[in-house]
Amino acid sequence: MNRATRAPARPAARPGAGSGPGRAAPAARPRSGQWAAWAFLAPVVVYLLVFYAYPLYRNVELSLRDYTVRSFVQGDAPFTGLANYAKIAGDPAFGPALWHTVVFTVVSLACQFVIGLALAVFFAKNFRLSATLRALFLVPWLLPLIVSASTWSWMLNSDAGVVNAVLGAFGAGPVHWLTSPDWSLWSVTIANIWIGVPFNLVVLYSGLRAIDPVIYEAAALDGATGWTRFRTITFPLLRPVSAITLLLGLVYTLKVFDIIWIMTKGGPSGSSTTFATWSYRLGFGNLLPAFGPGAAVGNLLILTALAFGLVYIRLQRRQARS
Amino acid sequence: MGSAAASRRAAGLGLAIIAAGGLVACSSSSGGDGAPATAGQASAGGTYTIWDPYPQHDKSSDWVKLLESCGTQAGVTVERTAFDTTDLTNKSLLAAQQGNAPDVLIIDNPVISTLAEAGVLTTTEESRLDTSAIAPNLLAAGQIGGKTYGVPIGANTLALYYNKDLLKKAGVDITSVKDWASLTAALAKVKAAGKKGITFSAIGTEEGSFQFLPWYWGSGANLTKLDSPEGVSAVALWADWLKKGYAPNSVINNTQTTSWQEFAGGDFAFAENGTWQLAAAAKLKFGHGTIPVPAKAGGTAPAPTGGEFVAMPVQKDTARYATSQKLVTCLTSTANSLATTTALSYVAPTEEVRTEQVAKNPDLKVWVEAVGAAKGRTSDDLGTKYPKISEPMWGAVQAALSGSKSPQQAMAEAQAAAAGATQ
Repeated sequence: MNRATRAPARPAARPGAGSGPGRAAPAARPRSGQWAAWAFLAPVVVYLLVFYAYPLYRNVELSLRDYTVRSFVQGDAPFTGLANYAKIAGDPAFGPALWHTVVFTVVSLACQFVIGLALAVFFAKNFRLSATLRALFLVPWLLPLIVSASTWSWMLNSDAGVVNAVLGAFGAGPVHWLTSPDWSLWSVTIANIWIGVPFNLVVLYSGLRAIDPVIYEAAALDGATGWTRFRTITFPLLRPVSAITLLLGLVYTLKVFDIIWIMTKGGPSGSSTTFATWSYRLGFGNLLPAFGPGAAVGNLLILTALAFGLVYIRLQRRQARS
Repeated sequence: MGSAAASRRAAGLGLAIIAAGGLVACSSSSGGDGAPATAGQASAGGTYTIWDPYPQHDKSSDWVKLLESCGTQAGVTVERTAFDTTDLTNKSLLAAQQGNAPDVLIIDNPVISTLAEAGVLTTTEESRLDTSAIAPNLLAAGQIGGKTYGVPIGANTLALYYNKDLLKKAGVDITSVKDWASLTAALAKVKAAGKKGITFSAIGTEEGSFQFLPWYWGSGANLTKLDSPEGVSAVALWADWLKKGYAPNSVINNTQTTSWQEFAGGDFAFAENGTWQLAAAAKLKFGHGTIPVPAKAGGTAPAPTGGEFVAMPVQKDTARYATSQKLVTCLTSTANSLATTTALSYVAPTEEVRTEQVAKNPDLKVWVEAVGAAKGRTSDDLGTKYPKISEPMWGAVQAALSGSKSPQQAMAEAQAAAAGATQ
């Protein structure tokens, strides 16, 4: 929260760049108003503390103590420093889970972005029925995840799924989408791409609309059309929107859990386990919960998202300066 | 909502501070009011909370009516909350941590050892619950270190449902299926007749271990040594069925429910499933029957016991135990056990009631026998070691079935992982 408000504050402080909510904050106010200001702030601060800061603090604390079920209930778990982190890093499941998380995230992001951008450019032409078609593309986004994930899981069923039936009609052998270690990760990635495309489409589409048509007209006068037009105008001008789309997509994709859990439970034998499903399995997927290591894996995810958030803010600042 | 609207209306600091103060006041009072309020009510009968994992039984069900009548008999009001089975473990742990555990907790039997380890449950000595009539093989799942932490409310287990019509067409005599070899031979005949052999659930959760255990134990293997030749032979049996096409590849991702749906479709000769499908089985459009899961060398394999225990979580106010004990006894007493187990479609935990059950419904005979041979997953004093063995085991089964490892290699690695986790 803090970071998010500070980021626009920098460019706002530059001369001529917008008006100043950012500048107003540190300015001295009449003393009498100060208490009122704090009082108005209080609900938000309390909300943030109760619903954001405290759970985060608890999660960090969980990961730094040796919780067994007994010490979880009695609250006397000994402090063990980074032992839980060492434990998960040394776990044979760590390497594969990390690799799956990277592949799942990178492939999902890349495909979602490319498909989303292609569709956005396509729909920006505003032909007949384009609004209706665009609305249809939003369906995956509107469906509850349990519905889309269950549907994918039925479609990809080895024996009774429609995908294998279609493949069979073309003479191809059945693919064990969800039950083969070679395919399970790809299956959940494909489902995730399908779910993520609408988000990319919507954000990139509104980004395209913000580009001044005058520039395109000028380019047309200079003889730039098609690919050149896209490469030299659309793409560069879309860069800020692309960056935020990718960042939000990254944060979202890192924590994708429901799709994988519903489709494969991270299996067979861990072949589609990402950090998100691993964290859940450790904490809740067993009769005997391992809260400490589960929280540690969860914190690694938060740290990764945070790191990329910082990279994004840095890029934004550099862009604002140039 | 209320406080948001209030602060919008607030013109100055006064109201905003009151709103913030109200939040704090609210939270502190809700934390503190539990004890005095319930203590006050206890003197006038009061409200007793019961948590169960049966969300499928709603207010109008026989089960909830039974709970209410037990409350009336004990002179208290019963407040019942139903949770999803997997949810209930964590809910119970959290509630115990916060000091507001329910008075009576009905929970899946392998979880008893976890909760007992956490110190959440009273022993039957403290709670004065009578377990003398209960079948020892069921009670064992709730016994750790010589102490008992609850009373089984009823039991279910696994057996093989078979499709009579299909077997007839394939020329298989069901009485010939007595051991692994004859079962595999029957599956081969079914496949030769163009039908599918058997379906089960080998999903990567506890459910997968639950389904695998009858075969594992039926081979003579022990959970303390996953890579024994017997244990490997059980994995090899399943892997072999998949390789030969006797079982579909989808079993790797099947839950017991999806596996049942496959069987209900009518194309499968056998399905490994539980007592809880009896009602669904009655609606099948084809002739069907049940046999116990055969052991490797013949006879009935010990299947894992399913079903819940009624337990009494530890309370600060120990005076509440007396009434809770009445509630639990009401649910588990021989007189009421028939009503309870019928409401939940379980096999009764006592010999006496089982005889009554079979007299009323002869179809239950196979199930009563299967429960008689069954074994608790946390029995043999495994307790909380069981989950640490079960997880590598279901992983190994998945690895072998999907062909990524040989049964021998998969079980050897699982044993190494289990040994590391339980030492």
